Parts: sequence; structure tokens; C-alpha cells
Amino acid sequence: MDPVTRRRFLLASGVAGGAALAAGAAGLSLAELLRSADREPSPTSGGPDKVVLVTLYGGNDGLNTVIPYADPGYAAARPELAYQPEEVLRLDDALGLNPMLPGLRRMWDDKRLAIVLGVGYPRPDRSHFRSMDIWQTASPAEPVTTGWVGRWLDGTNAPLEAAVSFEPVLPPMLVGRSRIGACVSYRGLSLPSWVDADLVTALGRAEPGEPEMQRHAAASYGDLVTMAHVLQETEHPGTTPDATLDAPAAATGTGGGNELTAQLALVTRCIEAGVPTQVYSVSLGGFDTHAEELSGHEFLLKQLDDALTNFVAAMARTPGGQNVTVVVYSEFGRRVRANASDGTDHGTAGPVFVLGPRVVGGLYGEQPSLLDLDDGDLKASTDFRAVFGTVLASVLQADPARYIEGYGGSLLPFISPS
Amino acid sequence: MSDDVALLLRRAGFGPTAAELAAARKAGYTATVSTTLFPPGPDIGASRAPIPQLGRDPFAGLTNPSEAQRATADERRRAQAEQLSRWWLDRMTVADHQAAEKLVFFWHGHWATSITKVKSPQLILAQHRTMRQAGDIGALAHGMVVDPALVHWLDGQLNAKDAPNENLARELFELFLLGIGQYGETDVKEAGRTLTGWWIDLGGERTVFDPRRHDPGTKTVLGVTGRLDAHGLVELLLRHSACPRFIASRLWFRYASSADPIPAEVQERMAAQFPDPRAMLRVLFAEDVFRATAGTMVKQPVEWLVGAMRQLGVQPADAPAETMTQILDGLAGLGQRPFTPPSVGGWPSGAAWLTSAAANVRLTLAAKLARLLDPGRMSPEDVAYLLGIDRWTDRTYAVLREVTNTRLLLTLGLVSPEYLVT
Repeated sequence: MDPVTRRRFLLASGVAGGAALAAGAAGLSLAELLRSADREPSPTSGGPDKVVLVTLYGGNDGLNTVIPYADPGYAAARPELAYQPEEVLRLDDALGLNPMLPGLRRMWDDKRLAIVLGVGYPRPDRSHFRSMDIWQTASPAEPVTTGWVGRWLDGTNAPLEAAVSFEPVLPPMLVGRSRIGACVSYRGLSLPSWVDADLVTALGRAEPGEPEMQRHAAASYGDLVTMAHVLQETEHPGTTPDATLDAPAAATGTGGGNELTAQLALVTRCIEAGVPTQVYSVSLGGFDTHAEELSGHEFLLKQLDDALTNFVAAMARTPGGQNVTVVVYSEFGRRVRANASDGTDHGTAGPVFVLGPRVVGGLYGEQPSLLDLDDGDLKASTDFRAVFGTVLASVLQADPARYIEGYGGSLLPFISPS
Repeated sequence: MSDDVALLLRRAGFGPTAAELAAARKAGYTATVSTTLFPPGPDIGASRAPIPQLGRDPFAGLTNPSEAQRATADERRRAQAEQLSRWWLDRMTVADHQAAEKLVFFWHGHWATSITKVKSPQLILAQHRTMRQAGDIGALAHGMVVDPALVHWLDGQLNAKDAPNENLARELFELFLLGIGQYGETDVKEAGRTLTGWWIDLGGERTVFDPRRHDPGTKTVLGVTGRLDAHGLVELLLRHSACPRFIASRLWFRYASSADPIPAEVQERMAAQFPDPRAMLRVLFAEDVFRATAGTMVKQPVEWLVGAMRQLGVQPADAPAETMTQILDGLAGLGQRPFTPPSVGGWPSGAAWLTSAAANVRLTLAAKLARLLDPGRMSPEDVAYLLGIDRWTDRTYAVLREVTNTRLLLTLGLVSPEYLVT
């Protein structure tokens, strides 16, 4: 079955979590990806603009990320979960960052962090799986079969390596009608010593007329052998598959892994090598904090802050890094009022972070009111399509209206003209 | 027709041995559907892998544990969790009633609950027993809504009337019983109220209802108003017309095709057999469209491993402990350690299992299995017979013909694209 038909089914059947989608994923090995760098004219020029999309799975609590510490309604709505004004990392006299985000606070000082406030979409859907699908397909009104990056791949006739996911499975965002971003694995990447590479290579050749899944299976052996060679020269950035067992687990699993640092290390490696990829997709899971939220959420935000800080530092050391913009989003925020489990349930609007050398730091959009709520939920003040549209226009030099249905907004000026 | 029988056994169970396949072919497709789903007599094979007695949760009774007590209890939980995973793999391998085992595995992926959050092996085992023993889907749903592991996983034990937690309520609608599009946000909020008041008795491995924390007021869910409680809510969902169709579509997704949607007529015929899951599967297996899905499903790692162990005649309980630990680590590397689903939505499907990194882990795992045998001399044809493969592609056959070492031959057979897809 072709990827488009498959995707349509997944959407129709309501199982289109990112996890279910990988069946259509194009196989591209890290080796092939790194080799594609050879086609770049000059790795020192910095190359084309790039965007790194960081997906936070589970619905990040936006109110405890960018905190309206001065609003008395904030502490009143969530007495056990609220931060004191003196704890937050102040941005201005109304908003402050969570104390676990000192790295982002430094980027703020450097004017390289933009925070888009109150981002959401009309008639919010509170299912993790459906809402993530809405963000990734950029189609709130009705399910569609393609993601917004995938449509850009289609429209630009992009090569396979133009968009790459280092997530555990390929996200719907990267699925186009005729093109699909590559899903590159980052675990266990060297061939066992006892096996003859020629045998595995031979096992990896597709046979004419072979069923699609069998062909995929064969291709995975071909990729393995190519990768084994290249990775002998590459430092292995992986963490152990069991690492999840050691993390505090207050949240229900809803997708994404906990290896954001490892994923960003691979992005770093690719950018340093001058790979012509323009869109990278990485993720962090665990934000579904219905109970005992405070410690679990802090642990996750610290992971995010550490990973982004390291990544930004690495980018500063490489010419290609000057053209990298990072966007951090989640499928929804949490409810304003805490529940009786010291957690929060599925809500609506939340902040989006945009950071990098080309970013014009500051606040964008409007912080939703804590008094004017929609049945207990924040009202979105910025449509997420304006954020992704700006990324398309200002980073990927593409016409947003062409790739985002119903896009009518003017650009948000969070990227300086190149 | 012979290929249909092989497909049936591979999908209904974990992978038939050569002897089972030969006997089933002799009996024919229709008879095999019946004996597979409704086997006569007790499961003799499974009696070699009785459910383990874990004793009490190491944290039960520790109200204010010291650092040392905590470390000891954590270590015991880790060991018991491993014991549990090994036991289940063992049980899947030795059970004669393969369809029953596969169905428990299906329910584990459906009411997906991870020990990484629940922590207590005792609660996870209690949930497993409930899945194993539930008479039908109704009984299972009533068991799950108050199951301590599921309740803990979805934060139900902290759900009190003053501000209900919606985690369990939402997933009952979306993932467990109805599917997206059959309910509204108000239904979820109201359902959260019906589920208030339960706490977990760790030592007793059960949930306990505390009326003081329960919201006894009137709720309106899916247009029905009343003093609903947890079981009342589940009854309402089970009676909803979407529920049988939703379960039918999930069975189709795991047993027939994770790529093509369930045909409407098949869905209706299966739904008519609700709430008996085996009767629903009997309808599915009789359909021509089921047989037409041959060659489209990628084996999940547990299916692949258990099938291989059955066909090679390896019983996990007899394998060296160290090897079994490596095998469990390998399953984690492939992304499917038992009792550890990645998301409340369950395990992925299709090409998600076919990354090059997985190819590598699979090679290593297959070699470990082959090393447990003393296979003597074998030809590629012998390997195909042993693993129940209809025929090798020219590609794989050419590779296997090059190999003289029988263990390597078996290893390559186990990782072959033909063996990974059913």
C-alpha cells in the first residue's frame, strides 16, 4: 500500500499517532545522509538555512514554562503547582521562565530567543494523537494526508535528505504526497564482528516483485552495512535503550523518547559535516503530567534546557550553525486549574520557543488572559500556522500560502532577513 | 490452501512449529480455525510455565522507607520485573493454546500499561492475570477500569472529587472502548467525575473505593444522566454502538492489516460477535479478505522472537540466565520489551520495526538463539521447513547456499525478509 493511502487510513481510523505512521518511511541511512554532504559546494559557506523542529510529546504545561508570575490568578488556580515570583527567571514584569530553564534565559539575554505566546488553533482537540496530528499536518479543520514539511518537500521537488527525522519513528509532519522525509535511526549502528558484510549486503538486495514490507526489511540490511563503515569514524552519541527506566515517570507515555541530547548530537554531526538537510525533526516525550506534575515537569524542562544549550553552543562553533533556527512546540498546553492530583489535564494554547543566531529575540503575540477563559481553558491568541508559516517563509524561503491551507496571516518578525 | 493455513497459524499465534503446521494442513483451514480458537481440553504445554508467585510488593508496608530500604526494594522490584518478562516469554513459547496467548498479548498492547511508571511487578502481574482470565470484553473492561496497574498508569488513584483527573477517562473513550469522534469534551470531564474515589492498596494488589473522595452527584455522559460510577461508566461505553466496531477495527489492525482499513461488512460481522473476542476472530479468519492480507504484516519483535524459539525448540526457562537477560535487552533494543509499551496508544506497527538499527540487534539476537542449539547439518530447504517459510526468494536462497556453518544458516534464516513479514 502506498504511503498516502496508508496515511489516509490512519487518519480516518484515528490511530495516526506518530508511532503508527512509520510504515511509509523512506529508508535512508545515516551513512547515506553524511555522504550527501559531498554534494555541497563548500561546507565553509554555512549552506542553506536550516530548521530544527523539537516536538514535546504529551502536552507541555505552558503556564509553568513561561510563567505569568505577577498575575494573582496564576497562583490561585494552581496553589500546589505555582512558582513564587522570586523563583522564576524573569523576562519582564509579567512573565518569567521556569527555574529549570537558565540556558534559555541566557539566550533571551543574548536576544536569540523568541517566545510566541498563546499559540493554538480554533476548536482545540484534547486528544494527544489527534492534536499532534493537527500541528503536524497544519490542518485543524479536517484530517489531511500530508504534513506541512512533506508538502514543502513535494512542492520543491526536494531530495530525500532535505528533511530528516531522528525521532524513534517518522512523524506525520514529514509525509508528503510524493515525497517522505527520511527516518534515520541512532541506536546500535555497527555490524557484529562475526558476520560477513558481503552476506548481509546480499541479503539487503530487494527482489523484483517482492511485497512492500519484505522490501523494506531487505533495505534495512543494506543500510546497516553502509552505516557500519561510516560510523567507525563517527563518535557514537547513543544512550542505552534502557535509559527510560531511570527517569522519573509521573507521565503517561504518549510518544517521543528521552534521548533528545543524542538526537541533537546527530543533528550537530550532520551540520558540521555540511549535510544539505534543511529540516530536522527531533523530540522529547513525557509531558503528559496529569499527576504530581512539579518534579516530573522540572526534570523534563532541565533535559530540554541542557540539550538546547549544548546544541546552541555546538552550532556557534560551526559555520553551518549560523543558519540554524530551532522551533520548540507541543500538541497543547495544560488546563489552567490544577486537578486534585497535583497535576493538570489536557488544555489548549501554549508558548512556542524559536531560537538561533538569526532569531530576533523577544515576546510575540499576546499572553492569554487568566480571567477570560474558554470553559477553564486558555484562549489562543496566535494561530500555530502563523509560526510554521513564518518558518516556511523566513527560513525555508517558501510561500506559506502554498503549503498551509487557509494561511492568511502576515509573518511574525522573529527571524531577521537573511 | 496450504499457505492459508500457515498464514492463519502465524497470525493467530506466535509461529507454528513444523509439526503443528503439518498437522494443521492435514486438518484443513476451517477445522484449524476452530481448534486454534477453541481448543479442547487444558493447555498441557502451558503447565510447564506456571504463573510465578512473586510475593508481596517490596514496598508494601514500607510507610516511610529509609534510603537503604528503598534501594533494596528497588533492586527486588527490578529482579521481579525481569522474572516476570522471562516467565511471559516462556509461557508464550511453550503454550499449546497459541491463540489464547496471542490474545493476551493483543490486550496488553490495547490497554497498554508500562511498568516504567507503575513500578510494581505485583500490580503488573495482577493486570496480566485479569487479561488472561476475563471471560469476555465486557468483563475485561470492568476489570480494567479498577485495575490497580492501569489506574496508577493513568493517575486514577489520585483522582478526587474536588478537581477530577481526566487521564483515565479520556483514554477509556479514545483508546480503549470507543475511538476518536464518538464523544465530546464534556463527556470526558463528566466521566472523570465518575472515576473519582479509588486508591491503590499496594499490599493487597487491588484498588479500594473511598466514598469520601468520590463525587456522588449526577453526571451526564453521552446523553445519559445519572449517578454514574466507574462500572456504570464502563457499562455505558460497552453498550454504545461504536464500541463493538471499534474493537473489531483494533483486532483487524493487529491480526490482519495495519495498512488497509477494515472493510465495513467485515467490521459489522465481527461486531455482531461482540463481546466474545475469539468469536470475533473466528469471523475475521473466515473472511477471504483476511487471507488476502498475506505478506503485508511485519512481525512485532515479541512475535518474531517467540515464534523463533518455538520453531527452534528453545524453552527460555532452560536457557542460561545470562542469555535470557541478553535476549530481554535485545527486545528492548528492538523496541518491544514485554510490559513496557512506549505509549498508552500501544506498540507501533509496520515498517517502524524495520530500521537498520533493528536489523543489527536482530542479527545479534538470532545468533544467540542459534547458539543454543546443536543443529547438525542443514540445507536452506531444511531451514525453510523448520521456520515454516513457504519459499525463499532467489536473493535469500543465493545467500543461504553460500553458507556452510549451520548456526549461521539458521541465523540468516531468522533475520531474512521472508521470515520477518507474514
